[in-house]
Amino acid sequence: MPTSSGQAGARPEDETPPETQFDNMDQQRHAGLLGMWVFLLTELLLFGGLFAAFAILRLQYANVFAEAAQHLDLKLAAINTALLLSSGLTMMLAELAAGARLRKVAVYWLLATILLGLAFLAIKGFEWYSEFRHQLMPVLGLPFRYPGEQPAIAELFFNLYFIATGLHAVHMLVGIAILVVMLALVRRWRRPDRLDRQLHIAGLYWAFIDVVWIFIFTLFYLLRG
Amino acid sequence: MTSVVYSESEDRHATPRDYLSGGWSIRSWLLTVDHKRIAWLYAVSITGFFFFGSAAALLIRLELISPAGDLLSAESYNKLFSLHGIVMVWFFLIPSIPATLGNFLLPMMIGARDMAFPKLNLLSWYIYTLGGIFTLAAVIAGGVDTGWTFYTPYSTLFSNSAVLAAATGVFIVGFSSILTGINFIVTTHTMRAPGLSWLRLPLFVWANYATGLVMVLATPVLAITLVLIALERALGIGIFDPALGGDPLLFQHLFWFYSHPAVYIMILPAMGVVSEIIPCFSRNPIFGYMGMVLSIMAIALFGFVVWGHHMFVSGQSMYAGILFSFFSFLVAIPSAIKTLNWTATLFRGQISFSVSMIYALSFLELFTVGGLTGVFLAALALDVHLHDTYFITAHFHYIMVGGAVTGYMGGLHFWWPKLTGRMYSRPWATVAALALLIGLNLTFYPQFLLGYAGMPRRYHSYPEEFEILHVLSSLGAGVLALGYLLPLIYLSWSLRHGEKSGPNPWDATGLEWQTASPPPVHNFAETPVVTEKPYAYK
Repeated sequence: MPTSSGQAGARPEDETPPETQFDNMDQQRHAGLLGMWVFLLTELLLFGGLFAAFAILRLQYANVFAEAAQHLDLKLAAINTALLLSSGLTMMLAELAAGARLRKVAVYWLLATILLGLAFLAIKGFEWYSEFRHQLMPVLGLPFRYPGEQPAIAELFFNLYFIATGLHAVHMLVGIAILVVMLALVRRWRRPDRLDRQLHIAGLYWAFIDVVWIFIFTLFYLLRG
Repeated sequence: MTSVVYSESEDRHATPRDYLSGGWSIRSWLLTVDHKRIAWLYAVSITGFFFFGSAAALLIRLELISPAGDLLSAESYNKLFSLHGIVMVWFFLIPSIPATLGNFLLPMMIGARDMAFPKLNLLSWYIYTLGGIFTLAAVIAGGVDTGWTFYTPYSTLFSNSAVLAAATGVFIVGFSSILTGINFIVTTHTMRAPGLSWLRLPLFVWANYATGLVMVLATPVLAITLVLIALERALGIGIFDPALGGDPLLFQHLFWFYSHPAVYIMILPAMGVVSEIIPCFSRNPIFGYMGMVLSIMAIALFGFVVWGHHMFVSGQSMYAGILFSFFSFLVAIPSAIKTLNWTATLFRGQISFSVSMIYALSFLELFTVGGLTGVFLAALALDVHLHDTYFITAHFHYIMVGGAVTGYMGGLHFWWPKLTGRMYSRPWATVAALALLIGLNLTFYPQFLLGYAGMPRRYHSYPEEFEILHVLSSLGAGVLALGYLLPLIYLSWSLRHGEKSGPNPWDATGLEWQTASPPPVHNFAETPVVTEKPYAYK
């Protein structure tokens, strides 16, 4: 029967008692991670419903959707993809640094991750703004002036595009807020073993945002032929 | 009896205080993170919604006593059945057993001190309440007339009722369901007592685990569907609107992808309850434990591939219809395995007709009738005739009321001594259980005949030839009301005046019976160690 003696080889300052419902830290760590994975599964299905709707309509109106996709800015999206993937790397490095108990390094990598995330949102915002200026943003009941054929169907494409990227941006904002909290916690540097665990869970969420973007990038920007 | 060995390494407290002795202040309830108190929070709010939804049902049955639509206007009739559906499905049936009995018992049955995430557990009750407030606001704002399914394009383009508020309420309550599901899954995976391997878990735990999986996998799709509905209604986005290039069938696909599995969210926990009661009161170990576990998981899995049988006459392709018909037949197999295994457990048992046993046997009858008529409806050709008639209404009420409600009532009576430490009046409880059985059959059996004769559902007036059957059905609703009101009275009475029950009045196996009634704050004085399979009766 394992008791709350902590893990073998852990530093003395790392030993924190688990929350009352758990027997030991291992159990608590396992529960936290599993909880995040299951939550991410639900998130995946949330976007999954949207992607399924898109896929069905994409099949129905293949030509119009392909043409409408050419009005999106592939270059900006590609830059954004690069930014987001890099932020995945810096997040990983922040986790590793915290694991190696290098507080300062962890702070820098976290800061880098946040900045990359903000840069992504800035570019996304600029993209939305230029689409707004070209009157391609029908979402808020704005006037829609689409130069190609079958503007009514193209409007459907842009609706889905704004809903998907909007939902993704909301998740980015939540992710950045989590990272800012983590940054404050890492700067304070109490209970490094607990920080380790929290950073790992925050990192999972951040990776999920990456994954969803890859889907959006592929479905909306790259399927243009 | 399961032999339960207590480990020596835990520190031995003096007699631990029971979970109710922490006080009755509002604060001690509204800020609690104890899964047992949270279960009570749910129980109280769910009971409130249940009687709210029942009142709507009674009005509907009153209206249908006479063929002419004379009691209610067509419009208010539409609003009533929509309200009845929305409240009953989302605020009673889906959370009923998991959020109350599941919340209370799951940690105890696996020998844990609490759920893995107690604060999340409390949060999910607050979210449930918030969703309820939105739905009630929709009622005050004039009600909803779309039916509980919010079908487009009616809900987005034509309905002049409070669709947005109601959809928001349902959207919010979905998150409560997701959080409960996450908690169940993680708790079952990580918090089991030493020696409690997966194949030693009680079937109630398995059923709630499977329910958690369905909640987690299905609810997010409903969430995004409701978001799209709200956007379409508020901003005129044409995702489902055919005039704007959208597809109303797409809505039905997304909606039923959630809402068919949701039926299994309602019925699986009830199956879990019955699997606990029947072995206990026939003093037999459950027949075919492994088959029961596999069929629980199979039902949860198949639940995801049958949604199209709601759309047989919607204009989806014939091949899709055939495929969905085939998968729908498949669900009958694990359901039949379960029913036959319960029957086999009863075989040569020492059956005692305790109150919860009467409920469990009622469940068997009602679930069998509901399940077999489900086979009719899975048949593509028959469904074309029976679609949107009272046959459907009768079928799903046999499953969702007959199955889920008898399961809930049975579980409530079975574990009441554990929840409260007190017994209830047995004669009155027997009367209530029989009233429920008779009332359900009398209410819904005539509806099979009505539907077969061609009476469509959702009509507030009808030709005179249907009158007798409708009157019988309304009469049944009266008996049913007795079966609901009586328990409210004698169970509340027992809270103060019932005799003390002792920790294990039914001489049942299972970890939850090994601790005091009512249980101490962290459930067990010492963490139990499990050495045997469950249901070691005889």
